[in-house]
Amino acid sequence: MSSFDETPDDREPVERSKDVTAVAPDFDAVHVVDVSRHFGRRRALSRINLMFRSGDIVGLLGPNGAGKSTLISVLATLGRPSSGDVRYGDRTATQLGPALRRRLGLLAHELFLYPELSARQNLTFFAELYGLNARTVVEPALERAGLCDRADDEVSGFSRGMRQRLALERALLHGPRLVLFDEPFTGLDDRAVGIVSNRLRALAAAGAIVVVATHDLDMADGLVSRIALIREGRLLADEPAASGLRARYRGVVGGA
Amino acid sequence: MFARTALLVLRKDFAIEVKSREILYTTLLFAVSCVLVFSIAFVKEGEPLEDAAAGILWIAIEFAGTLALGRTFERERYAETLRALLLAPAPRAAVYVGKMLGILVLLAVVELLLVPIVALLFHAPLFAQPFLLVVLLAVGTIGFSAVGALFAAMLVRARSRDVMLPILLYPMTVPVMIAGVRGTSALLQSPADTPMAVMWIGMLAALDVVFITLALWAFEPVMTE
Repeated sequence: MSSFDETPDDREPVERSKDVTAVAPDFDAVHVVDVSRHFGRRRALSRINLMFRSGDIVGLLGPNGAGKSTLISVLATLGRPSSGDVRYGDRTATQLGPALRRRLGLLAHELFLYPELSARQNLTFFAELYGLNARTVVEPALERAGLCDRADDEVSGFSRGMRQRLALERALLHGPRLVLFDEPFTGLDDRAVGIVSNRLRALAAAGAIVVVATHDLDMADGLVSRIALIREGRLLADEPAASGLRARYRGVVGGA
Repeated sequence: MFARTALLVLRKDFAIEVKSREILYTTLLFAVSCVLVFSIAFVKEGEPLEDAAAGILWIAIEFAGTLALGRTFERERYAETLRALLLAPAPRAAVYVGKMLGILVLLAVVELLLVPIVALLFHAPLFAQPFLLVVLLAVGTIGFSAVGALFAAMLVRARSRDVMLPILLYPMTVPVMIAGVRGTSALLQSPADTPMAVMWIGMLAALDVVFITLALWAFEPVMTE
C-alpha cells in the first residue's frame, strides 16, 4: 500500500512545512517587460508590457487564440519568452530558481489531477510535492472543496464541477502569491461559478496577485479589478475595470 | 528536495499502477507474446536456433519498454499533469528521475518473468551466472530507461508521439542493445565468457553515465515550452 492510500491522520508527522513560505521568495508585483513569444514564424505574444500588483484581480481578455494562455504559461515559468523578461518583484525566474514556483499557483483548463487517484490522494501528493505537511492542509482543502464525503473516491467518477473545485484547492494548497487561472469557469454551474469567484476575491483581499484569462465577459464583469485586452498577441488596453465591460471589449477588440 | 521530488513522483506512479495494473499487465502480456512468437519461429523440433536467446530477450525488453514508456507518459498527458509536476518547487530534472525510476521498476518486474521464459523456451543457461546476468540487465535497462524517459517526456504533447517515440528511441538505444546482446551471449557460452561479459557491462555502465548526464542537463530546457 502506498502512502497515498493512508488518511493524513494515519501518517507519521512529516517535518518541513513551516519553512515553506520562509524560504520562498516573495514579491508584491509582477512586471511583464516587453515580452514576445514566437512559435516558429507565428507570433503568439508581441512586446507585451504589463504590471500586476498585490490585491489585483486582472482579467486577461481576448478572443480564442489571442495569446492569453501563452502569457499565462510564461507567467507560470512553463514557457520562456522569446524576448523580454518577467520580473517577480525585482528578479527574474532564472535568478529566483525553482523556489519561485512555491509562490505560483496555476489552474488551467486541463485540471492537473490524476483521475485514477482519489481526491485525498491527489491533494496529498501535491501537498508533499510542495513540501507541505499533508496532515494539516489536506482536510481543510477537502472541506473548502465540499468533497469531504467523496474524499476517498476516484476523481474519474467526479463531475466537472467537483473536479474543478478540487483542482482549485490543488492550485491554492501552498498559498501562492501569484495565482493564475486559465478559463476557470469552463463547465461550471452558477453555484460553482459563485464559489470560484468568491475564492478569487478572498485571495486578492489577502494580498495575492490574481490573473484570470477568459473570453467569458459575463463572468469577468464585476469580478476583475483591472482588464488587459489582448488580440493576436498584442496588448490593446490595460486599464481599471469599469461597468459595461462588454461594450468596452467590443470597442477595443471588436466582435463580442 | 531533488531526491524527495523524484521519490514522490515514483511513489505516485506506483500508487496509480497498483490501482489500475494496466501498464504492468499490458507490458507483461506483450513481452511474453513477443517471446512466444519468436519461439514458434526459431525453435524447430525442440531445438532452438543457436545464439538466438540473447537477442530475443533484449528485443522483448526494448519493445515492452517502449510500450510502457508510451503508456506511462500518456497518463501525464491526459490531464496535463506533467505541467503540474513541472510547477513543483524542485529542479525539473527530479521529475525526469522519478519517471525514469518508475520505468526501471516496471521493466525489472517484466524481466523477472521474461528471463525464465526465455531460458525455458530457448534452452538458454541464463542462470549459470546469475549475479552477472542481474548486473547486465540492470545496467542495460537503466540505459534504455534513461533515454526513453527523456524522449517520452519530450514527445508528450506531440500529436505523432506514438510514431515518433520508436523512431527516436531505437537508433539512440542501439549501443545499449548491442552491448546487452553481446554481454548476454558471452554469459550463455559454455563455459561462460566472463571477462567478455564484464567488458560489456562496463560499456553499458559508461553509456548509462553519458545518457543520464545528458538527460539531466537537457530535461529542463526541452520541457520548458
